[in-house]
Amino acid sequence: MDFELPESHRALKASLKDFCERKVKPYAREWDKDEKFPMEVVRELGQLGVLGMLVAEEYGGAAMDSLAVAVAVEEIARHDGSLALTVASHNGLGTSHIRVFGNDAQKRKYLPKLASGEWLGAWGLTEPGSGSDASGLKTTAVRKGDKWILNGAKMFITQGTVGHVFVVLALTTPEKRQKGITAFILEKGLPGFSQRPIHGKLGMRSSDTAELILEGVEVPDSQRLGELDHGFIDTLKILDKGRITIGALAVGLGRGAMEESVRYARERTAFGQPIAEFQGLRWMFADMKTEIDAARLLVHRSAWMADSGQPYTQAASMAKLFASEAAMRACNKAVQIHGGYGYTREFPVERYLRDAKLCEIGEGTSEIQRSIIAREIFKG
Amino acid sequence: MKILVTAKRVEDPESKIKVKPDGSGIVQEGLKYKINPFDEIGVEEGLRLAAKHGGEVVVVSIGGKEVQEQLRHALAMGAHRAVWVNHTGTLDQLALAGLLQKVAEKEKPDMVILGKQSIDDDQNQVGQYLAEFLGWSQATFASKVESLESEQEKNKVPALQVGADGKTVRVVREVDNGLATLECALPAVVTTDLRLNLPRYASLPGIMKAKSKPIEELTPEKLGVDVTPKIQVLKMSSPPPRKAGIKVPDVATLVDKLRNEAKAV
Repeated sequence: MDFELPESHRALKASLKDFCERKVKPYAREWDKDEKFPMEVVRELGQLGVLGMLVAEEYGGAAMDSLAVAVAVEEIARHDGSLALTVASHNGLGTSHIRVFGNDAQKRKYLPKLASGEWLGAWGLTEPGSGSDASGLKTTAVRKGDKWILNGAKMFITQGTVGHVFVVLALTTPEKRQKGITAFILEKGLPGFSQRPIHGKLGMRSSDTAELILEGVEVPDSQRLGELDHGFIDTLKILDKGRITIGALAVGLGRGAMEESVRYARERTAFGQPIAEFQGLRWMFADMKTEIDAARLLVHRSAWMADSGQPYTQAASMAKLFASEAAMRACNKAVQIHGGYGYTREFPVERYLRDAKLCEIGEGTSEIQRSIIAREIFKG
Repeated sequence: MKILVTAKRVEDPESKIKVKPDGSGIVQEGLKYKINPFDEIGVEEGLRLAAKHGGEVVVVSIGGKEVQEQLRHALAMGAHRAVWVNHTGTLDQLALAGLLQKVAEKEKPDMVILGKQSIDDDQNQVGQYLAEFLGWSQATFASKVESLESEQEKNKVPALQVGADGKTVRVVREVDNGLATLECALPAVVTTDLRLNLPRYASLPGIMKAKSKPIEELTPEKLGVDVTPKIQVLKMSSPPPRKAGIKVPDVATLVDKLRNEAKAV
């Protein structure tokens, strides 16, 4: 057993630490307040290779692994959950679907620009009427000669307005339900394809979210991604890996909330001593530290399982479930430790708490994770 | 052109430095390390020069196996290859300069760039010794006229200006009363000040490529340098803790205290 990160991963962590302290930390509060998507910083992350972490070198990527994505996303989330979500979803969903299931022509066309950040990727599965029951989607794609005509709507799509490349799931053989779903690649600007920005989110406010509306969107068959009617099975594989990353995001938020609280508790005095001296608060810190470390171990183990070719569905769900709930507990404690100040925007912990809530919902709710974990226990 | 740049391993300035109770050094347990920030500026300048004029950046570090981490960092930033002088134990500034002299004589660079000082001991001597040992021209505290927010900086234009014939370098130096400009014959030794450039972050592809870049191992014996220290550190101690200040009720009392107690006005 060796719990040390490989040297390249340590270097990645160090590089992103410096980057985030200079370019993210000072601005995250304003971005959150104004719901501003920090395009310039996202582009800079693209230049650093953070938007093509899993993409092969021949397509301009960094050819790293799931562990590297977890390390990077944690480091960014430590300062800004929204930016971490942008990085996580761009790498893990849209780009990965093309990377894993695209044909050569599609990979050549899309991956270099996605990896450099010139184009941002989005991924459309959830619909206004279907979330956890993802296979209940209603968007349709009907074949007309060599073309497909898509109609429907997609909800809560990350990078929905800033994205350029959209992977969208649609029913191609409705009577076969989840075995009749196919993925398509859409580009922004297609006639009939529009985006409606969603504002007023509780957290992750500087991450871009939109509803996608498809009204008779026409694409050639060459935009079909993966096998016909195979889209849902492919989707489950993409989601498994995405969950590791959301787990890492939660770890970053929990760690950030704890580090801020340590600093605060050392400086803030009450009853004539720093509040860090009070046992009641020290026990909160002990729980935070223990749970965040445990969460990180689950996240890194699931990443290692994915990277070494083992089945990791259950491990990824456990990592996401535990990490997001541990992050919620840690952020809640952090606000409590900060008292009245914690309830204001003057300190970042209230933002961490709002951002952490997303981790219990996005890319599979905690209830879905429990269902998956239990299903795997009783399988076979 | 060929540029040799140093990459010293130093304590991370964010670490809390504690002196050992017996005063024999600092507590190393739990400390984090990174490349000397002034050396990192040197690597950045070397990379910009190599991008503009073509050529190669060779990075050198002296120390135990752990200094490879700093070499890999410089390689991840884009340096082409590395030289590691393997030595554990104390080295004084003369020994360091002596080792660098031999590496420079072996590599024959057009320029050696070092940090003006390393942020551990803050000695500010090695660059000057090295220039003397090599008999080369030197320009210390290299800086630039343009600000770190300027277009030149954003476009990663090198601040060190190599002459059209490739035989000289023009260096803007930070001095007490402003900036001084020197023209040096190449080969030269240049030491970097803080405002020379903003070093790039190591990119992910850079980090991956750095894994396969070569690190050549040398030793003081192979280089034929006697590194027996001529300087001995007798004792280290923490600076005395600052005394608490006092509060004065009004400006008049403040002026009075400044005049009569502190004798500052």
